Amino acid sequence: MSVRVGLAGTAPGFPEAAKTLLSNTQLRHNLRHATNVIRKKRERVVAEMPDWQDLRNTAHEIKNHVLRHLDTYLEQFEMACVRAGGHVHWARDADEANRIIVGLIQERGHKEVIKVKTMTSDEIQLNTALQSAGITPYETDLADLIVQLGGDQPSHIVVPALHRNRMEIRKLFLEKMGLESLGDRPEDLTEAARQYLRERFLRVKTGISGANFAIAETGSICVVESEGNARMCTTLPEMLITLVGIEKIIPKFRDLEVFLQLLPRSATGERMNPYNSIWTGVTPGSGPQAFHVVLLDNGRTKILTDRESRATLDCIRCGACLNACPVYRQTGGHAYGSIYSGPIGAILTPQLQSMEHSQTLPYASSLCGACYEVCPVKIDIPEILLRLRNRIVSNGDAPLSERIAMKSAAVALSGPRLLRIAHAAARLGQIPFKKGGAIRSLPGMLAGWTEVRDLSAIPKQSFRDWWKERERAKAK
Amino acid sequence: MRISLFVTCYNDLLFPETGKAVVAILERLGHEVDFPIAQTCCGQMHYNTGYQSDALTLMRRFVSVFREAEVVCVPSSSCVAMMRDHYLKLAAQASTPGLEADVKTLLPRIYEFSELLTDKLGVEDIGAFFPHEVVLHVSCHALRSLRLGDKPARLLRKVRGLTLVEPADGEDCCGFGGTFSVKNADVSAAILAAKIQGLLATGAEVCTAVDNSCLMHIGGALQRQRTAMRTLHLAEILATSQ
Repeated sequence: MSVRVGLAGTAPGFPEAAKTLLSNTQLRHNLRHATNVIRKKRERVVAEMPDWQDLRNTAHEIKNHVLRHLDTYLEQFEMACVRAGGHVHWARDADEANRIIVGLIQERGHKEVIKVKTMTSDEIQLNTALQSAGITPYETDLADLIVQLGGDQPSHIVVPALHRNRMEIRKLFLEKMGLESLGDRPEDLTEAARQYLRERFLRVKTGISGANFAIAETGSICVVESEGNARMCTTLPEMLITLVGIEKIIPKFRDLEVFLQLLPRSATGERMNPYNSIWTGVTPGSGPQAFHVVLLDNGRTKILTDRESRATLDCIRCGACLNACPVYRQTGGHAYGSIYSGPIGAILTPQLQSMEHSQTLPYASSLCGACYEVCPVKIDIPEILLRLRNRIVSNGDAPLSERIAMKSAAVALSGPRLLRIAHAAARLGQIPFKKGGAIRSLPGMLAGWTEVRDLSAIPKQSFRDWWKERERAKAK
Repeated sequence: MRISLFVTCYNDLLFPETGKAVVAILERLGHEVDFPIAQTCCGQMHYNTGYQSDALTLMRRFVSVFREAEVVCVPSSSCVAMMRDHYLKLAAQASTPGLEADVKTLLPRIYEFSELLTDKLGVEDIGAFFPHEVVLHVSCHALRSLRLGDKPARLLRKVRGLTLVEPADGEDCCGFGGTFSVKNADVSAAILAAKIQGLLATGAEVCTAVDNSCLMHIGGALQRQRTAMRTLHLAEILATSQ
């Protein structure tokens, strides 16, 4: 398999990973608190927008249009970027992207890079590739830095260190930054990170960033953030490399008007991000004098070929679906086995890998629809989950026990005669498990249900039998 | 009016009292109720688990059984959501002549139970008497697919003696999700625990909903934890009388 999404190919299945995480009470406390705070903030700033639904529809239309003409817009972007003094590289998959980036850094003889705002680099495992080439990457987004220092994995698309609290972060900083003392107030922690990062911002000569948007018309890149570290990272080094998934293209500069209203409100519940950086190619005498864009496919064009699920590529990575999702809110991001977690991860990760891995992810949803409701670009995630489930079943990849259960149910429901037999069989079958009108323990795949819930015993008479009896009585 | 009841497969076997309550209410309102015995299931469980071809077979049966019905009443919002959200698409993929047209003309005649009362029959007060404190669990399909809004609550507010209370985070899923509760039993249980907390905090005696599927899930935990709260489908509350 050529397409790799982080370590998702070897990650444990969702139910197993979730089980472990559910026993982590600290994690669940942090999750509940953080997702509640962001959810409430988001609700407040969305409610003040009278044209919110219009904005969602427009964003959906723009994205839909881009995906249908992606070839044209990508080439337009390349031309505009090159005209402005940038270089554009095309990467088919993770390996190719890593080779290009490592090569660019080695050409300059640099041994360190500062990185910011690039989930895509996690998708291609860039840090691992850099390290094996003897290049040291420093994450400079505060949360990413915490994750990196802890040898940890991001647990949220927008707030990657959501699972860590202040005390844990203090301990980590003390240990990894070689400090003698440190308080645990947010100010203390920020100050420590600032000292640590500033020194690197000034020293390191290559910066690597991601992109929120790549504008075809002008060849510009847009990155939004809260800390200002991305601004440092993209302006101070000699060379800047920006890694962009090909779906990040928007046609025109004025389209930012739509997305820059939707994204901050959906992501952090802010009207506007504190820092909005937009740059175009190279500006002589100011900022990096070498600018490279790496356009990454890594399974995206494959998703594009499926009309029913291509909207997956509309995602602007706001994370609103994570905060709204009842499943994510219990497990956090680590259960999803890749940088892309929550409902969007459940549809994106398996598709990027051509449905060859991560097949438990499309089932990691109760289909409650909360994700679709909050999605700023109106991705019908439940619909795509269903589509992927059907693909798993059609490929013959569903568990045997489930296939047998579903087939048996289909036969039982094929007509009233077989249904009555099935009803009788169910009544008989429950006898060994019945205790005083309730079923408290079931075997096999139903054991999980009765672990925390009772099942009421099956009533003696079904509705249809009652109805028939009534009809007979009436006829007399 | 002649109303055809699609009781749903799980109500048929597990919650016959709900079906009986629907029949009692509709007859009390002066309508004729018909239960086509050839009915089985809407196909939701198969469809949602990825077994589309089995779902299609079940949909075909549903459509052929109810094609001529004047009005279809379904006491389950998730089954109605299955029909409204997926039947047309499923029919379009099936390439069976006439199926798509049949679905198109049948769908507008299908009503979820509370919808039938408030929208089609235009009644809210059906003379019920239920002197208890009740909390309404809003199921996800009722909320986000059918957009029932305050229809179930409006019906409950007209019940004599009934006090309706609101739970915290009432719009959050209960974690049932059909086969989700089996395939991801641990996560489902964790979501349920949060839901139960909100419901119990209201101090209500009864938890009601327009879906017995959510109630089976919620009720299972209430029973296991030996709480005093019990679950009852909306129809069974509305069928009570003084």
